[in-house]
Amino acid sequence: MSDNRGLVVKNVSKTYGNTRVLNNVSFEVKPGEVVALLGENGAGKSTVSGIIAGSVTPDQGGEMEWKGEEYKPNSPGYAIQKGIGLIHQETRLLRELSVTENVFVGKLLTKNGLVDFKTMNNIAKKQLNRLGLDISPNQLVRNLKMSAQQQIEIAKALCLNSELLIMDEPTSSLGETETNFLFDKIRQLKNEGVAFIYISHRLEEIEQIADKIIVFRDGNLITKYDNARIAIDTIVNDMVGRDVDRIFPEITNDSSKEVLKVDNLNSFDGSFENINFDLKKGEILGIAGLVGAGRTEIIRSICGADKLKSGNIFMEGKNIKVLSPEDAIKNGIVMVPEDRKSLGLLLDQSNTQNLTISNFDVFLKNGWVWPRLLKSFAIKAIKFMGVKGNESQNVHELSGGNQQKLLISKWISRQPKVLILDEPTRGIDVGARHAIYEIIKKIAENGLSIIIVSSDLEEVIGLSHRILVLSRGKQKKILDNINISRVEIMKMATN
Amino acid sequence: MNRLINMFKGTQGTFIGLILLVAFFSIFNPYFFQIRNFVNIFDQCTVLGVMALGMTAVIIIGGIDLSVGSILALAMMMTGWVWKDFGVPLHYACLLGLFVGTLAGSINGMLVSYLRLPAFIATLAMLSAARGLANIFTDGKQIYGFPEWLTNLSVIRHFGYINITTVIFIVLAIISWILLSYRKEGRNLFAIGGNKEVARLSGINVKVTTVMVYTISGFLSGLAGLLMMARLNAGVPQAGFTYELDVIAAVVIGGASLNGGIGSIPQTIVGVFIIGVLRNGLNLMGFSPFVQGMVIGGVIVFAVALDTLKTKER
Repeated sequence: MSDNRGLVVKNVSKTYGNTRVLNNVSFEVKPGEVVALLGENGAGKSTVSGIIAGSVTPDQGGEMEWKGEEYKPNSPGYAIQKGIGLIHQETRLLRELSVTENVFVGKLLTKNGLVDFKTMNNIAKKQLNRLGLDISPNQLVRNLKMSAQQQIEIAKALCLNSELLIMDEPTSSLGETETNFLFDKIRQLKNEGVAFIYISHRLEEIEQIADKIIVFRDGNLITKYDNARIAIDTIVNDMVGRDVDRIFPEITNDSSKEVLKVDNLNSFDGSFENINFDLKKGEILGIAGLVGAGRTEIIRSICGADKLKSGNIFMEGKNIKVLSPEDAIKNGIVMVPEDRKSLGLLLDQSNTQNLTISNFDVFLKNGWVWPRLLKSFAIKAIKFMGVKGNESQNVHELSGGNQQKLLISKWISRQPKVLILDEPTRGIDVGARHAIYEIIKKIAENGLSIIIVSSDLEEVIGLSHRILVLSRGKQKKILDNINISRVEIMKMATN
Repeated sequence: MNRLINMFKGTQGTFIGLILLVAFFSIFNPYFFQIRNFVNIFDQCTVLGVMALGMTAVIIIGGIDLSVGSILALAMMMTGWVWKDFGVPLHYACLLGLFVGTLAGSINGMLVSYLRLPAFIATLAMLSAARGLANIFTDGKQIYGFPEWLTNLSVIRHFGYINITTVIFIVLAIISWILLSYRKEGRNLFAIGGNKEVARLSGINVKVTTVMVYTISGFLSGLAGLLMMARLNAGVPQAGFTYELDVIAAVVIGGASLNGGIGSIPQTIVGVFIIGVLRNGLNLMGFSPFVQGMVIGGVIVFAVALDTLKTKER
């Protein structure tokens, strides 16, 4: 056994064409250590982790060492073989295959030329147990919950004897309980000597899990902290290089005019029961709860994406039937869904197409589509939200933050009465988040009523006038947002 | 002028290909570059072209319609059968043929939309069933002796050049182009092809639209059957056999993506003419239909590969 210094990265850079996305970066990750890489989108975190995991080739000149030996991965396969695994933000599992097959994909064990399922199942079972997971290795991945799927990714890495795990935004789709569970596992593996590189936008959780913090900005390594007890403001300043902290705008609302009211909503699959609330003009209602509490399901049914089993929806006092998104939109209820890439945007089509597709009824006469009208509508919508991009670009060329702004713009361009935002800032960097908060303030003060669903409790507290707390599909309480604490809401939500 | 260029935007590559083909055949065969022959090519393209209009819409929403050739035969035989065996006047029989084609298309659409069959499977089933039914009417026999007005549709050349079947194709092409480019119903198809769920959440009735698109494809296939009947002056139950492949080829050569979301009528028409010119030119040069098939195979690969390379660069 060589001396165990873990991973040493020395003077590594990466250039694409003329753009230097990573500039002379050096750091170390020791065994049993969790190093958090922080930075805005495009700061260089993903490039670094890609280089370490063998999927990105660095420029000449830098070098890496792994367990005391020179380390030059030329493919992800090589990195995995050396014990370095990357767990992506979006799980990359084969949904139609079993847990075992997913774990061993590409390196199936064989016996006499045939696939040796028995041995593989045993190994997979052992690693699942090591993580404290009660999942049968024969189960198909598509039958597992999102959070469980992520654990499978970790188990997969462990089966390959990984000693360094790179986790890219592992908690972005997890609720508080799942996140805590994941952290327990990380701590456990840490004690067994596994090292972690941990990438996250959720600064609040860094303190809980990281031993060291490294901050990137524009491809440069800005600071290294030897402990994780650093004030969030300080980190944010390092990240953005200017004073933008998570200040939520003060949003005033004194209207008493009721816009939306829902009465005794029930879902078919039991994901929520007996939901009642109302929404005033210009008011922001937050919906808080753990993952699986029914947050997304409630708003999906209000905007017609899913059908309700029973219940009434009143729009400005009128009982409306919402059987499809079409119905909801006609009545002025629109939703920005949680997963903008698969539910919100036509990624391979132009910004104009994306902005106009739901709004033909607003700006066309008798359904005639004149390119000039399309263009002017799109330009106006892009300008209003300050999207960095032009009308003929394809959406996939925009950054996450700009995609989200575009999506919000698409819906507010038709001047709805109720805007529903599901996870409005998921996977978006600090700067863009702030811009989105300002936009929310602006449109709320213009009299648009808003419902916000977010896993980020601070966001819900920071933006909402009132907060509806859910626990396992049941409505706990609607709180007026005056000095409510996170703890208070969490208590209710976990109850 | 600008508008004209815009109309063919995105077709440049294939359009240049078409011009090169025409140049090639003009050089190597003295009979090719003649108005007479061009009229001929246009004529040969009408049946394929009419079906390709519907197929363009189907492919834009990310579907596929394998049954067009069989629906062509079904409409043709239905028309001929009720005319011959039941003495229904031919123009009414034609309407019935069109109706049956439309019905077959709407069944495709409902299978895809409401039973959620993959389009490939639903229309494969229709390919088989419609062809079977087309043969049942006359027990596989051909029908002859239609009134003169039918065949006149393709024989009489008005203004010296143009027959009614060609006029029908041109008019339909213009209507489809306007529908796809300048009507919201048409623009919605691109959203559906881009991402069905996004389209649905944007307030588009995806199910009904899907049924409509397959219904239109069925209607146009039925109409193509009648046009073909006029050209052949006969009802032939084997008519349109494997036409679905030429139709899909034309749309794809034009630049539509089988993943959906991409395609246009001008592009498709260029694709149709590439196939038409190839068949006609190779024919004049004395190559057999077998060789033509091989060349078209090569052109499909070439056109799509070129397109893929172009998108990759971006």
